[in-house]
Amino acid sequence: MDPILSSALAILFLPLLSYLLLFFAGERLPGRGAWFAVAIMGAALVLALGIFARFWALADPSASYEVSWNWFRIGAFHVDLGLLVDGMTSVMLVVVTLVSFLVHLFSTGYMQGDPRYSRYFGFLGWFTFSMLGIVLSNSVFFLYIFWELVGVASYVLIGFFFHKPSAAHANKKAFIVNRVGDFGFFIGILMFFTAIGSFHYSDLFAGVEAGVISGSALTWAGILLFMGCVGKSAQMPLHIWLPNAMEGPTPVSALIHAATMVAAGVYMTARLFPLFDPAALQFIAYTGAITAFLAATIAIVQTDIKRGLAYSTISQLGYMVTAVGVGGVAAGMFHLTTHAFFKACLFLGSGAVIHAMHHEQDMRKMGGLRHKMPITFTAFLMSTIAISGVPPFAGFWSKDAILGSALAYGMLHPGNYLPFVLTLAAAAITAFYMFRIVFLTFMGEPRDQHAYDHAHEVDWRMASPLIVLGTLAVIGGGIPGIGLSWFDRFVVDPGESDQIATEQMIDAPHQTLEAHRAPGEAYDEDIRLPETQSAHSAEPENHDLEHIVHVAHRRAMFLSLFAAGLGILLSWLTYQRRIIRSDRVLEALPGVHRWLWNKYYFDEVYNAVIVRGVLRLNRAAATFDKVVVDGIVNSAGYLTRGAAWLSGSADRYVVDGMVNATADILRSLGAVAQSVQTGRVQNYFLGLVSGLVVLILVYRTMWMS
Amino acid sequence: MLELADGGSSSLLTWMTFFPLLGAVVISLLPSRNQNLHRWTALGFSLVPLVLAVKLFMVFDRSTSDVQLWTQVDWIRTFHIQYFVGVDGISVTMVLLTALLCAVCVVASWGIQRATKGYFALFLLLETGMMGVFVSLDFFLFYVFWEVMLLPMYFLIGVWGGPRKEYAAIKFFLYTLAGSVLMLLVMIALYFNVNDPSTGGHTFNMLHMMAQANHGEWLLDPTIRHILFLGLFIGFAIKVPIVPFHTWLPDAHVEAPTAVSVILAGVLLKMGTYGILRICYPILPDAAAWFAYPLAILGAVNIIYGAMCAMAQTDMKKLVAYSSVSHMGYVLLGMAVFNEAGITGAVLQMFNHGTITAMLFLMVGVIYDRAHHREINGFGGLGTSMPKYTTVFSLALFAALGLPGLSGFVGEALVFVGAFEVYRVVTIVSVLGIILGAAYVLWMLQRVFLGPLNEKYADTPDINRRELITVLPIAALVIFLGVFPPPIINMIKVSLLNLIAQIPG
Repeated sequence: MDPILSSALAILFLPLLSYLLLFFAGERLPGRGAWFAVAIMGAALVLALGIFARFWALADPSASYEVSWNWFRIGAFHVDLGLLVDGMTSVMLVVVTLVSFLVHLFSTGYMQGDPRYSRYFGFLGWFTFSMLGIVLSNSVFFLYIFWELVGVASYVLIGFFFHKPSAAHANKKAFIVNRVGDFGFFIGILMFFTAIGSFHYSDLFAGVEAGVISGSALTWAGILLFMGCVGKSAQMPLHIWLPNAMEGPTPVSALIHAATMVAAGVYMTARLFPLFDPAALQFIAYTGAITAFLAATIAIVQTDIKRGLAYSTISQLGYMVTAVGVGGVAAGMFHLTTHAFFKACLFLGSGAVIHAMHHEQDMRKMGGLRHKMPITFTAFLMSTIAISGVPPFAGFWSKDAILGSALAYGMLHPGNYLPFVLTLAAAAITAFYMFRIVFLTFMGEPRDQHAYDHAHEVDWRMASPLIVLGTLAVIGGGIPGIGLSWFDRFVVDPGESDQIATEQMIDAPHQTLEAHRAPGEAYDEDIRLPETQSAHSAEPENHDLEHIVHVAHRRAMFLSLFAAGLGILLSWLTYQRRIIRSDRVLEALPGVHRWLWNKYYFDEVYNAVIVRGVLRLNRAAATFDKVVVDGIVNSAGYLTRGAAWLSGSADRYVVDGMVNATADILRSLGAVAQSVQTGRVQNYFLGLVSGLVVLILVYRTMWMS
Repeated sequence: MLELADGGSSSLLTWMTFFPLLGAVVISLLPSRNQNLHRWTALGFSLVPLVLAVKLFMVFDRSTSDVQLWTQVDWIRTFHIQYFVGVDGISVTMVLLTALLCAVCVVASWGIQRATKGYFALFLLLETGMMGVFVSLDFFLFYVFWEVMLLPMYFLIGVWGGPRKEYAAIKFFLYTLAGSVLMLLVMIALYFNVNDPSTGGHTFNMLHMMAQANHGEWLLDPTIRHILFLGLFIGFAIKVPIVPFHTWLPDAHVEAPTAVSVILAGVLLKMGTYGILRICYPILPDAAAWFAYPLAILGAVNIIYGAMCAMAQTDMKKLVAYSSVSHMGYVLLGMAVFNEAGITGAVLQMFNHGTITAMLFLMVGVIYDRAHHREINGFGGLGTSMPKYTTVFSLALFAALGLPGLSGFVGEALVFVGAFEVYRVVTIVSVLGIILGAAYVLWMLQRVFLGPLNEKYADTPDINRRELITVLPIAALVIFLGVFPPPIINMIKVSLLNLIAQIPG
């Protein structure tokens, strides 16, 4: 096994080790085990950075290493488990282990004093293990396994404060809504497996490429597969669980519900990109764009700092999904990476604020905190600038890449400008609501003096993750003049040019062979598939395409800069200078505010229609079971008993009656016979003779006939 | 077509089957006062089959579909009835499951106070009956064991059960008996129409019945075969139970003592699907193919209908009982497709449902012993007062909702993978079960364990050592087989591949 693979394996199992250690022995460990968990996660991070460095040096997005083990085999059917490490994986490994490590560190301070302190770190380890499984798996079956496991980690961590009824409701909701997505995901997997006969990514890509599954079946399979992403990455209409998920401890929100797990859907869609045909991709692009826009609008009116960030996360995930949908896989993955930095920083920052404010989450009671918490403020501000798309901060590069791809998509597919328009609008809104949060929380005057007086800057355990993530929010997208577009070394767009798309699709299985090949073995050129045109962007010629993409990106950059500036300006005017009076605006637009405040009534409609409908259906089923099905059984029982009673009665009165009657008749016959028994011989003789005559007559008659 | 493995003769299965019966006799001879003596004796006599089961697991040859460890002697020569037992891949896991759950259940019955002598004697008799069903290869012998198992079950529910025990016991008894009558008729029909190739006479030997060449002329008529199949099928369907023959199950579960519920759901339900796999399919394979599509639909109905009824329940035991109806639906769906993944998934699910549902019933028993009720809405926040219990119960519940990494998932996933190839729509409907399953499981988890602590149960003692001893071995198995299923899959697959090869089309 290549050292890259063995170190990937170690990265995968280190967090599991942390889980087992903390779960079974946590309470007995010094400091109740948290530092063991931090150390283990640090080791995983170091290993991940090693792999990252290797791919950085390689600078070949199509290089990949793969290994599989047979899990079980039944005749011809078999399920394999395996790892796939390529550029995309190496980035994700760093993102996951880095954020996890920092969240572990942050939590040592944030969760101090919690009675289930070591259990908490155990669950974090469990989550990290499962998340790394998603990142590393090389087959959809294996992916699905870890996909469910992160769901459980999310479940227990959202419900970590399970004595709160809201938390107890939120984790159930999260899991079930995710299962709705998984329903589609699983059927999508089944469709691909049934058509192609393998769970392996590379086999699936080859199968789609060869046209084994095509037409509407391919479209449907793709859309169903994407449903998994809709659930996990909280896309509309299954986004409703993520705001509730904020019931979990804030570091958990940063790790799971902002930086990593919710991005798993995007990762999956990007990873399985070759399985989506243009129609499915269009569906994906629109879903993402609508989500990005609607969630951003909801974020405007949130008063709870975490809820505001949660809707922001949904919106940003919408960006990433849009990116994949319009063919900008690299842009989507790039945004996933930068978003992990700045959104984790925002959440940890909000955690620091909540911690300092004694678990106050209402922004209307905050204000002026920049004086009390300079480090937190700086990190939060850096991240806000980043998410708003101000150059040269990290978010600018990735968001710009997405907007460029979306515009190019609109130019290449006439009539499909909506993804671009919606994401552009969302960009302005994002800048607006994010600065609103900054202004409300950190600027202005304190609105709750008591809480403000008690507020304090966090200690180093919580401050250092903020500093690291805040720094990455600034430089994570690249440093002008030094390392711009570093991401190209790891992931490239399959849609950008036919050449790359085809190469990437073919090279996945190809590189596998290479990784397994013994050194010096001859390279068989014949396995390389003919480099025909990709299925995904067939229409225009290479040259024109490049030109259009280039133009789109230039235009998009100006527009996105304008959008960000506009959003920040309006926010400043509204919440800092208060030239625009937000209450007046709300009064002027009562309908809009009501819709936003009620989050477009998704929850209400689901409750009224689906939840209540299902519950009613369940009760109907149970009643049917009790009354009809069991009723028939019981009636059969009663009928039998009735019949038994009848036959019993019949027995007593009819059968027994007949027996008795016979006896009676015999007795009376006996009486008659007695009267015949006269004692006279001649009478007997007469009887004998007449009887004989009768017998002879009967005999004769019968014999004659 | 099933054959006897050369030199595979062994008395192991006979020991496993009749050792508990010996125990029943011994217990009935003990003085009735000393309850602990009954308990320990029962434990001893149920541990022996468990130890033998370990040996069985080790000596079982996974490379062949032949019948192994067989014993064949004449019993009633006049009617060609033999004492003929043996195992292949279809039955071996059931034998292991029975041995395991019976030993666990004896420990789980430690709290029984009333008439322990009778209880444990009947319990061991029950074990003999169940074991016998799974090892019999002579139809008459199978039938005898099938009926033998019925009687102790009737008394265990009817005497040691809850408030409506008489109703539940009689319902269970009559329902199963109605099924057995059909089975009896078909058995006699087969007896007269299958020829023993060596003697030319009639036979109850299942292996002879499975060889289609031995079927007499009357048996060749497809209509006859379909009718016979249906007769057997209904008999087994009641046991599974297949909707709409399932209503005895919730009643029996609610009234039965914990250990009996475990056996009922863990082992008895499997007799239904086992019977279909052992008798219906190989003896009448063409009828099986003809009946596959309706069977798949019945599977989907079981999955969805069972889950929906489960969600509406307020009694924990009823909820678990209906979840069994739902989970047996996966088995039916998998059995309805004759491909590798589907049928292996079905048999795997039979084993795994046995262990998972056993955990669930054991856990419900724990809280019932403390609170003396099982109302889901009558608890709340037990996670605060009983953390260990909450952890173990949650594990069982997550296993029940088919979480990957726990054993239930592998079977379910294989069933879906296999079934989707053959019946798209039915499978898609069935996959909805994973949403409904999550819903009823997590909703119950929320109402019982999460939220603010119900002060009434603030001082309830957490799960104790004896209770942990009953559940932890099963939990370990559930986790182990979830992570690494080959030990079971490799035992069953060769026989199942052989079985589906018999089925035409």
